[in-house]
Amino acid sequence: MNMNVSFGGLSLKNPVMTASGTFGFGLEFAPYGDLTKLGGIVVKGMSLKPREGNPMPRIAETPCGMLNAIGIQNPGVENFIRQALPVLPWKEVAVVANLYACDAEEFGELADILAGEEGIAALEVNVSCPNVKEGGIAFGQDPKQICKVTEAVKKKAGNKPVMVKLSPNVTDITICARAAAEGGADSLSLINTLSGMAVDIHNRKPRIANVIAGLSGPAIKPVALRCVHQVVQAVDIPVVGIGGIASAEDALEFILVGAHAVQVGTANFLRPDFSFDLVDELEKLLEEIGAGSLEEFRGSLELPL
Amino acid sequence: MSLRNCRNVKVLEVSPVGQLKRPDEFFEIKLEYPDWDGWKPGQFVMIRPAGWELDLLWARPFSICSADGDTLTLFVQKVGRGTGRIVALKPGDTVSIWGPLGNSFAMEPEIPTLLLAGGIGIAPFCGYVEQHPHPENLRLFLAHRLSLDCYPFAALSERVEGVCMRDDQPEDLQKIIAVMKEQIVEYAAKDGLILSCGPTPFMKTVQRFAAECGVRAQVSLENRMACGVGACLGCVTKDGSGHHVQVCTRGPVFWADKVEL
Ligand SMILES: Cc1cc2nc3c(=O)[nH]c(=O)nc-3n(C[C@H](O)[C@H](O)[C@H](O)COP(=O)(O)O)c2cc1C
Ligand code: FES
Repeated sequence: MNMNVSFGGLSLKNPVMTASGTFGFGLEFAPYGDLTKLGGIVVKGMSLKPREGNPMPRIAETPCGMLNAIGIQNPGVENFIRQALPVLPWKEVAVVANLYACDAEEFGELADILAGEEGIAALEVNVSCPNVKEGGIAFGQDPKQICKVTEAVKKKAGNKPVMVKLSPNVTDITICARAAAEGGADSLSLINTLSGMAVDIHNRKPRIANVIAGLSGPAIKPVALRCVHQVVQAVDIPVVGIGGIASAEDALEFILVGAHAVQVGTANFLRPDFSFDLVDELEKLLEEIGAGSLEEFRGSLELPL
Repeated sequence: MSLRNCRNVKVLEVSPVGQLKRPDEFFEIKLEYPDWDGWKPGQFVMIRPAGWELDLLWARPFSICSADGDTLTLFVQKVGRGTGRIVALKPGDTVSIWGPLGNSFAMEPEIPTLLLAGGIGIAPFCGYVEQHPHPENLRLFLAHRLSLDCYPFAALSERVEGVCMRDDQPEDLQKIIAVMKEQIVEYAAKDGLILSCGPTPFMKTVQRFAAECGVRAQVSLENRMACGVGACLGCVTKDGSGHHVQVCTRGPVFWADKVEL
């Protein structure tokens, strides 16, 4: 079956992408599979300047999920361009940069720097990281800010497509989706992690030093599916589904509700070859269920009248 | 083929170690050898039983104890839900395994080397002793909480000089710390090498004495891990210059003067 997908200025050999922060800069997974087999690789969130991230502990396991508060630890955009990007097989797999900043101007600067990089297929704008006290949360929850940031990135992005990644920690995600569309986003990706917390009754301390953390993994899939469903109905730009995908069936569920592609996050920790295998399994399952094509299947959810 | 591919292997044997007390705390697990080209003492593996499905999500890291042509041996202490379910595995069960991961302990065959183990921290030294070309240059010191037969100490002390102390009574801890200091001073005097693995307070003690005496020392960290491959940044520690580095790829072994514990 033809697994190619083209949407929002991106052209992928299949709809399986890896989610930011769960796949490093891609190379960490090279011993476990052929990176060029993937539809796309979204690299770890990057900022203008290097960031040390949050204190430890940063992660905790939860039922069918996990919490993280990494705090966008990253070497900064310049180091990424100098060190990681040249060794990534970007000619054969779409490498998407994930941008993290604390104001619209900084987002614009990041976009400006990355716009000139041949190896970058698209920019994903992280307006939703709930981990970092100084930023993230304000953008992700304020439609005006989402629009402003999207405009700022779009203005500097040159011919790079811009994907805006939405936070689920809002009352109505369709309002945020419309704000991003209005700002000129070429596509949307959702969801980022759900705001959560875990505590230890024995030592009476939070399990994560940052106290508040982001929940991910299969536990959040129903929330993610609902968000993608609502957003697909609300906007005309294409949507990439993220949240709890841990099997080919999960991926197809997102495509059924209308996603053009999916991103696999926490499931990369189940085993490091997970996303590579998913590419084959997805195609197999599509054939098995008798879908005519990816395109025919996408958004074919039959809703009660 | 790459050395670190993720494989499915079968469990060969799970046996409790130390029958005297708390027979359900320490286990030796034997797995099918995942056809690696090699491994080094101090390296670890990530193990995730196939039967876990979606709960628990993370694999668990374990030091490689020993590995030969057919068998990979791990030493597991039951401490929580994950390890509890791992020691309940039966022969024939399937586990995903990726490794060998991380760096390894320094091995300088001609140099007098002191191995300082705190409890289960003895695990990586099994392979170290086995692979060392001059075990007569090694001394193993074990500080342990449970009865000695819970640890592979007897087998190791057949090959190397072994010293052990039990932390049982309230006054024992101070005695152990005093002996550790004595030994570190001794190895500093002969320009030796110190390798340690154990709980964080144990390694902090090693770090402090090693710095005081100016002897070269390595510590092996056992941080919580999700990916084991350097991607999630959930396992980091601070290096000598205060930067966060991944324990799974930049460690688990660090020079004691280049890590914040
Ligand atoms: C350890 C970890 C780090 C993450 N780091 C980032 C990040 O840097 N930027 C970002 O946009 N999302 C980040 N995320 C969110 C994921 O990309 C994804 O949106 C979320 O985990 C939901 O998908 P999942 O359930 O498949 O993991 C991170 C998630 C995890 C678990
Ligand atoms: S466990 Fe993921 S970076 Fe070390």
